[in-house]
Amino acid sequence: MTTNTTVAAPAGRTLTAAAPKRRQRKSSYPYWFYLPAALVYTTLFLVPTFASFFFSFTRWNLTEFTWIGMDNFVQFFSEPALLKGLTNTFIYGVVTSTLKVVLGMLLAVLLTSQIIARGYLRSVIFFPVLLSSIGVGIVFTVLMDPSRGMINEALAVVGIEGPKWLTDPAWALMSVAFVDVWKGVGLATVIFIAGIVSIPQEYFEAAKVDGASSFKSFWNITVPLARPATATVIILSLIGGLRSFDLIWAMTKGGPGFTSDVIASVIYKQYQAGFYGLSTAGNVVLFLIVTAVIVPLSMILNRKEVEA
Amino acid sequence: MNTTPKRRWPVIAGSVTAAALILTGCSAGGGESSDAKTITWLVDNTENTITYAEKLAEDFNAANPDIKVEIETRPQGGDGDNIVKTKLATGDMADVFSYNTGSLFQQINPEQNLVPLTSEPYMDNVLDSYKPVVTSGSEVYGVPVGTGSAGGVMYNKKVYEQLGLSVPKTWDEFMENSRKIKDAGIDPIIQTYQTTWTSQLFVLGDFANVAAANPTFAEDYTANKVKYATDPAAIKGFEHQEEAFKAGLFNEDFASATYAQGLEKLVNGEGAHYPILSFALPEIQVSYPDKINDLGIFPLPSDDASKNPLTVWLPGGVYLPKSTQNVEEAKKFLAFIASKEGCDSQTEAVGANGPYLVEGCDLPDDVPAAVKDMLPFFEDESKNSPALEFLSPVKGPALEQITVEVGSGIRSAKDGAALYDEDVKKQAQQLNLPGWN
Repeated sequence: MTTNTTVAAPAGRTLTAAAPKRRQRKSSYPYWFYLPAALVYTTLFLVPTFASFFFSFTRWNLTEFTWIGMDNFVQFFSEPALLKGLTNTFIYGVVTSTLKVVLGMLLAVLLTSQIIARGYLRSVIFFPVLLSSIGVGIVFTVLMDPSRGMINEALAVVGIEGPKWLTDPAWALMSVAFVDVWKGVGLATVIFIAGIVSIPQEYFEAAKVDGASSFKSFWNITVPLARPATATVIILSLIGGLRSFDLIWAMTKGGPGFTSDVIASVIYKQYQAGFYGLSTAGNVVLFLIVTAVIVPLSMILNRKEVEA
Repeated sequence: MNTTPKRRWPVIAGSVTAAALILTGCSAGGGESSDAKTITWLVDNTENTITYAEKLAEDFNAANPDIKVEIETRPQGGDGDNIVKTKLATGDMADVFSYNTGSLFQQINPEQNLVPLTSEPYMDNVLDSYKPVVTSGSEVYGVPVGTGSAGGVMYNKKVYEQLGLSVPKTWDEFMENSRKIKDAGIDPIIQTYQTTWTSQLFVLGDFANVAAANPTFAEDYTANKVKYATDPAAIKGFEHQEEAFKAGLFNEDFASATYAQGLEKLVNGEGAHYPILSFALPEIQVSYPDKINDLGIFPLPSDDASKNPLTVWLPGGVYLPKSTQNVEEAKKFLAFIASKEGCDSQTEAVGANGPYLVEGCDLPDDVPAAVKDMLPFFEDESKNSPALEFLSPVKGPALEQITVEVGSGIRSAKDGAALYDEDVKKQAQQLNLPGWN
């Protein structure tokens, strides 16, 4: 999920940086060169987006629709599973992105230091990112089986009785979040590595001359100067977390019952049941929520970056 | 150079036509008869269905050498529903297709998409008790394929024998038996919530008891006049599931066990009761052929020992879409399915797992013991009721999640029933039923 959005955020930043230049230089290409791209963008993005805004106000069975105004939104917000789904979405987004930032940063520091087999360890950390979420979900469902799963069997050897990872309502969402972190931390690490490597070595040398401990130079040099990387990781993993669906669907289907439902799985279940208008309304709501969280957050994070 | 592209088109078109002619010539020549026609039949992809469908096609072709039936398959469940709806909407449907009856049948717009079969002569063979579930408006649209089945408690007869138990007629007797089974170290009630649909049987399989207590329940339910949460008979299903969970009668791994594991436990006697659909019988017959006769089935009991009716599931239907070009041939095939020959060929392919709904179809003597348990209920109409989904188009999609919660102690029975009442509202509104807006 995170991989899809990798391109979007950095591209946004380069655009703002390049904006003043563009005004001065006249493009050497005629405007109709935009046409093919515009056509693809319109048919594949703009039309469906606006169609979905329209259909979210209707009761729709794919062949015919009735206009029902705001009823879908009223229904969506009175959905009992939704409140649970909404809180779960936020918990999931915050937990996964916090863990990815912390673990990603620590792993990046480790993997930029002079250790043996650095290249190999970097690829090991990145490897889970390449796997299919569904495959990872199925494998972990087997590993996390409460009585026959390898995780609990291993814990039993050292005398710990493991929790019922996916079937205990108190654990289910967290278990999926841990797997998400396992799978996604590699990407965060790579972004942090890029951020740390771009910090000029002179700062570290100067700090060493002044007698700073390695913890101090981490806290006072690496953390503040890797801020652009931190901002990117936070935004990407938060977007990924808020609209996460595939892992949850593969591992718990929102269960047991509704206890690990997130907004996206609630929407998918409505679509499956044939409530096309209602699930479209849900998608519009999800779009608005993600925008409402990410736009201000990215503005704050990027503004501070400029001030620093 | 400029003129070549223009000239090329007629050449291509011509050669394509020629190739098509040659190909059709070939296929007609290759068949048994020079004017053999092929019709297509879309069925779901379970092994059971494909096996009997292929046998039906083969036997039909033997009786009608000039018509060949080709089987096409689709997935089951929600994906399959979407495929059927899309194919109908785009006019791309096979010549005949199998699909559910009852509430799902109502959702495919029969009056707009299907050819009515009301006045066809072979409809006389179809039992009257089946017709309502394939009727929309005043027309009948389908013939039955497969057998009727039941939703009840499948139980291991060997365990019952060992412990000297008898089939319970009331809920209290059932709980009493279960406690004795637990004392003997066997799991009394198998639940398998990893396969979520299996959690619904306490509620869905209890419907015959609801209908016995309140004969107009289905009608009132469609009209939004009764609710699961407030009807004292209807809420019983949820309450029983809660009670059984609280009494600790489920297998320990109920939350992570699957349907296949549940069947295994039952067959091997690790568990004694499994509330499930008798659709499971053909599967057991394939996986554990020597143990099939260890299993029996009884209705989910209520508090009233005098009634004790069985909730039955009616077989799927075969329908004729308006888009078909081969109406005559397709109708001949439907007539074959709705005949004694049709039933016999299904029995030969997969065995009989319940009664047929076609006149004159007898069951062989060697049916599984569980089917023998079911038959008396089917024969006496006062002793069975179709499940609610065959009597009312209103069915909520979230019941299986709700019953998982009730059966895991996450939500109370009362809460669960109220939540389900909210859930069905969406379905009713989507279908534009009167009384729900």
